[in-house]
Amino acid sequence: MAQSFFGGIHPNDQKAATNKKPIETLPPPARVVIPMSLHIGAPCKPCVAVGDSVTVGQMVGEATAFVSAPVHASVSGTVSAVEPRLHFSGVPVMSVVIENDFNNTPCPDLHPPKDPESLTPEQISDIVKAAGIVGMGGATFPTHVKISSGLGKVDTVIVNASECEPYITSDHRTLLEHPDEVLGGVRILAKLFGVDWVHIAIEANKANAAEMLRLKIAEEKAPAVVDVLQTRYPQGAEKQLCQSITGRQVPPGALPASIGCAVFNIVTTMAIYEAVYQGKPVTHRIVTVSGSGVNEPKNLLCPIGTPISDLLDACGGVKKSTFKILMGGPMMGHAQYDMDAPIGKGTNAILAFCEKEERTVEHPACIRCGKCISVCPMHLQPVFMYQYEQAGMLEELEKANVLDCIECGACTYICPGRLYLVQSFRAGKQKINNARAAAKAAAEAAAKAEAEKAEKKEAKA
Amino acid sequence: MNYKELNLIGSSSPHIRTKDGAGHIMGEVLIAMALPLAFAVYNFGPRALATALVSAAGCCGFEWLYRAALRKDNTLGDLSAAVTGVLIAFVCPVTIPYWILLIGDFFAIVFVKQLFGGIGKNFLNPALAARAFMLSWAGEMTTWVGPRAAVPIAGAFDAATYPTPMALLHENNLEGLTQMYDLPEMLVGLTGGSMGEVSALLLLLGGMFLIFRKVITWYIPVSYIGTVAALTFLFPRGNDPVQWMLYNLLGGGLMLGAFFMATDYVTSPVSHKGQAIFGVGCGLITVFIRYFGSYSEGVCYAILVMNLTVWLIDKNIRPNRFGVVKAAKSEKKEAAGK
Repeated sequence: MAQSFFGGIHPNDQKAATNKKPIETLPPPARVVIPMSLHIGAPCKPCVAVGDSVTVGQMVGEATAFVSAPVHASVSGTVSAVEPRLHFSGVPVMSVVIENDFNNTPCPDLHPPKDPESLTPEQISDIVKAAGIVGMGGATFPTHVKISSGLGKVDTVIVNASECEPYITSDHRTLLEHPDEVLGGVRILAKLFGVDWVHIAIEANKANAAEMLRLKIAEEKAPAVVDVLQTRYPQGAEKQLCQSITGRQVPPGALPASIGCAVFNIVTTMAIYEAVYQGKPVTHRIVTVSGSGVNEPKNLLCPIGTPISDLLDACGGVKKSTFKILMGGPMMGHAQYDMDAPIGKGTNAILAFCEKEERTVEHPACIRCGKCISVCPMHLQPVFMYQYEQAGMLEELEKANVLDCIECGACTYICPGRLYLVQSFRAGKQKINNARAAAKAAAEAAAKAEAEKAEKKEAKA
Repeated sequence: MNYKELNLIGSSSPHIRTKDGAGHIMGEVLIAMALPLAFAVYNFGPRALATALVSAAGCCGFEWLYRAALRKDNTLGDLSAAVTGVLIAFVCPVTIPYWILLIGDFFAIVFVKQLFGGIGKNFLNPALAARAFMLSWAGEMTTWVGPRAAVPIAGAFDAATYPTPMALLHENNLEGLTQMYDLPEMLVGLTGGSMGEVSALLLLLGGMFLIFRKVITWYIPVSYIGTVAALTFLFPRGNDPVQWMLYNLLGGGLMLGAFFMATDYVTSPVSHKGQAIFGVGCGLITVFIRYFGSYSEGVCYAILVMNLTVWLIDKNIRPNRFGVVKAAKSEKKEAAGK
């Protein structure tokens, strides 16, 4: 049995609405909007123009930096616009708009490598980059960066199927319906990092998937072990998962590679397999549409760039009393205000709420119960950090290690006083980073002025 | 479907919260106090119920009046005033005149709680601070009736002062105490004393309920009662340390204090380690007062004194930073290796 992390919460997992529903293919959308920013890092540059016809899998935006990932057309058709369009982050982002010709023509340039077994790690990393693979659990960090920065340092490879956010079942369904692709990806990862086995981490509420995977691994002698973890949010957070599996803690500000760990989401793992063995880039993803406001919750396979409204329509629309629509899980997802926004590579769920999910009060008040401390998986003391942030005491806030906060929201969830804890820490972190940037700029300006003075003096002399 | 017609909120995550709000938690505390209160009615008569209701109504009334007068929002819904009211009744003798009770309610709610900003801001336990203030009426506050007294809601009653277990313990009269009450009587609470403190058994059950419901943690009760048990066992007065220890644990306000007073969120440390230190401190001061004070019971003052140290405990007990402990250890090992 695996080890454990401190704290965490046990919200109702709400997965029963969709965890037995097979993945359905979304009716093809009339139009997709592909933003140039579907990952963390530098945005892509559009490489098609208005009027161009494109095919499924054709690159429409090229990566401009190392920490970046190209984007591809998810339908075939004609480019009708290359302009800023609303992005799920809430602001307009340069996007390629494609009118679907419903022919689903595959891109003729896509070929799997001739001998996938003999690829070097560098070649695999290049294929992963070209396929636009990013962390598909929601963080969307470019996977080739994770691979190349982890090579030679990693002794523990973890495939993350814990799916600890309530409601979401897209990873669960992926495991049940595509175990071969997942295990194919696991084989690649094992070879890539030279490990004897890869840990597949699953929360206990997906016992059927764990059982199925165990049989499959034994049958095929796959280089993997299934670690069934306690159902506890945020079990799937990268740092907590490393701790659960290895007992090691990622130092502040460092990446899992610093303690010899590399974590890949289950869908990312499958995407690596599809890129290496089938030559397929990331063009589609599985999205759970659920929540009290959705009429018919479903798991849908959708082209990336499909407007949220198409997904909701496919699920019978939402109830009139819906007050919130989220992209992602209820703990860390983003509220959406316009259903024209497209789904991205990291969109694992669209949730609509119409009941008492939020439970906000008009006058939040701390009763000092300390529950926030006992749930914080990063060993922080939210009760005091909140006071510092509210009082504008940035120095104390920083000393309380607010920058360690992973913004999982467990403190806000548990708070009986209904405080906006993690929300205030986000603001506080921003203020601290702004102050740091300002101090740096001031120091640079001072150094420059000093240098100029010295120059002048020299000139006089 | 036209999604533009929806009235959508765009706030930052998380978007779900536990159903257990402050009012819910205080409601559970009230439930936990129901059994000891029922026993008080059985043991002391209907006046016990009247006292609890008057006190709860007094606390709620003063809180409402204060906040209405200052145009602040109404906070009765968090039920913390009601809890304070019942707790004040619990630490008074059943014969307490209602007007003294109301003075205590006023002091607790206005002076101890609201003047510092209301819920979550006070630094003393309101119920115990009120009790300390109400001891200004020392006669009324230390008039005890015996078990099964049936005190009427209003009107005359036999006010003969009756020795409580604590008074006998304070005189080091363990023999007299054992003759007066046997251990089962002490456990069940068929003794004289403050109306809510007598039944150790039911308080224990209520406390277990709160721990089970995760309203409180076990750190304070266990460290508090454990410290008192250890000290009274190690330094007994009389020749039977076990009996001396048990009478000390079951008599007086220890169970009420350890489960319902010292665990008050606002006036106890926020961290588990801090809570354990707080409990040990309460235990030390309780035994100190019981042994060396001229007043027979020490629980109230022990908790009040420890309330004053909470900021110090909270400031100095910080969790180990994530990702730092292990590194420091391995570095030490490396250094030792070199």
